[in-house]
Amino acid sequence: MEYPTTVAALSAGLARGDYSSRELTQFFLARIAARDAHLNSFITVLPEQALATADAADRSRRAGAAGPLSGIPYANKDIFCTKGTRTSCASRMLDTFIAPYDATVVARLHDAGMVMLGKTNMDEFAMGSSNETSFYGPCRNPWDRTCVPGGSSGGSASAVGARLVPFATGTDTGGSIRLPAAFCGISGLKPTYGRVSRYGMIAFASSLDQGGPMATTAEDLALTLNAMGGFDPRDSTSAEAAAEDFTASLRQPLAGLRIGLPREFFDAQLDPQIGDCLQAAAAQLELLGATCREVSLPSTAYAVPAYYIISSAECSSNLSRYDGVRFGHRCEQPQDLTDLYLRSRGEGFGAEVKRRILVGTYALSTGYYDAYYAQAQKLRRLIKQDFQRVLSEVDLIAGPTAPTVAFKLGQKTADPVAMYLSDIYTTAVNLAGLPALSIPAGVVDGLPVGLQLIGTYFDEARLLNVAHQYQCATDWHLRSPLFED
Amino acid sequence: MLEEVQVQALARLARIQLEAPEVPAMVAQLARILTLIDEMNAVDTSGVEPLAHPLELVARRRPDQVTEIDQRAVFQATAPQVQDGHYLVPRVLE
Repeated sequence: MEYPTTVAALSAGLARGDYSSRELTQFFLARIAARDAHLNSFITVLPEQALATADAADRSRRAGAAGPLSGIPYANKDIFCTKGTRTSCASRMLDTFIAPYDATVVARLHDAGMVMLGKTNMDEFAMGSSNETSFYGPCRNPWDRTCVPGGSSGGSASAVGARLVPFATGTDTGGSIRLPAAFCGISGLKPTYGRVSRYGMIAFASSLDQGGPMATTAEDLALTLNAMGGFDPRDSTSAEAAAEDFTASLRQPLAGLRIGLPREFFDAQLDPQIGDCLQAAAAQLELLGATCREVSLPSTAYAVPAYYIISSAECSSNLSRYDGVRFGHRCEQPQDLTDLYLRSRGEGFGAEVKRRILVGTYALSTGYYDAYYAQAQKLRRLIKQDFQRVLSEVDLIAGPTAPTVAFKLGQKTADPVAMYLSDIYTTAVNLAGLPALSIPAGVVDGLPVGLQLIGTYFDEARLLNVAHQYQCATDWHLRSPLFED
Repeated sequence: MLEEVQVQALARLARIQLEAPEVPAMVAQLARILTLIDEMNAVDTSGVEPLAHPLELVARRRPDQVTEIDQRAVFQATAPQVQDGHYLVPRVLE
């Protein structure tokens, strides 16, 4: 039996009784078994637990208690704590860590009846743009297995791109949902900071981290965000925004929509072929009734350096909890307490995590604080003000998600700065805390191109509406890599 | 310019042991990262207030009620070394 690829279509099939959740779960587990050896998109697969959850979903459907997401298989990025199964954050430090509780996101998706098939690969502690810093080895791009899937949510993007799951969770601190979504030809949403609870989501940079959905269509992002998001008293920075149904406005026409194209996003660093795809996308949005005009975000040129100071400073503080005492990796036979800390952390963290902790330690140290951390925070305000000014003149901003399509495995691992520049169009959004999504908008050299849409605070409904209308008029999101099982 | 002795001092502050073969690449890469970061200093930010948090939230208050339950055994189940409900570390006092 051939199953549909979207959450919406699978939900309709389950509701009609075309198949059971157990059948769906068996199908996707078999697909993971057949395809994932080539991709390494999963760190942990949970067949028995998944089938038990699927059976429970089938029982609740027979009892008339099934919601729209009930019985649909999905995967969690291995940064979300899952009670009773390993949560590694793709680090040796947490290779044997089993969380004593579920993240709010995991609990809500479980309460909605979704069936977790496993935990996906990622860059270690979400630090990376290529999924190559994982302790469990790199994940590969399903469109070309010699290319990276993007990072840090590379496993989730690769799994959705290869149709191993219809939906997966991701997190985005500087582009970690949008970049891999672009590289793997799928749709991914980074919500407004505070929209999705960070409780039980292992912290990297707490003022930037935000969880969000990754799926094949904008409609699926809306359906799953409905379940993932919402106020959580357990997260001190959770926004007290009213609950919304993000699917309600998907079908609104785009007539009168004002779109800004930032001059700074169409710069010399952008692959001209990607620029062509985005001009075509803008033309398509105009056909749907929108108007596009050039806008300027001058301070975004400094977003990458400001981001690497702020995120590294927060990371050096957050990762101080890994001390080899309470949980996580501990070295053999420590000589004294300092030796225990030094070697547990030296052995437990990989090279990129160490680099970021050291950059953060440097930026926060006496004598450097004003030049680095304070300056970065001032730039953060300028970047936010740029966005606020432009978003008072247009309804949303459109541009590239990444300057290039997916690059080769190993191409940028020796030069961290080259890797960081993959995020030139995404980090500013996190510094400002705005919502943004990436959807497929073309193919260059056989690899997918991402269109990034950035909206104003808590305006996810409009972003999803525009993305859905674009997807109703185009078929880039339907393309998937060929696979021979 | 960042030097090896500085990087070793930073690593010590951050409680991360760097093995000898790691050090040269770490020094070179940190120097390169700091060159990127120094681009920020081209911007005149005098008079700009630092922004620590995107939403500039006011910390929420909640009633002063005990909501946590005792889960010591659960938490200690994932600890590297415990004894009688305590976390064990190398001897600190002789």
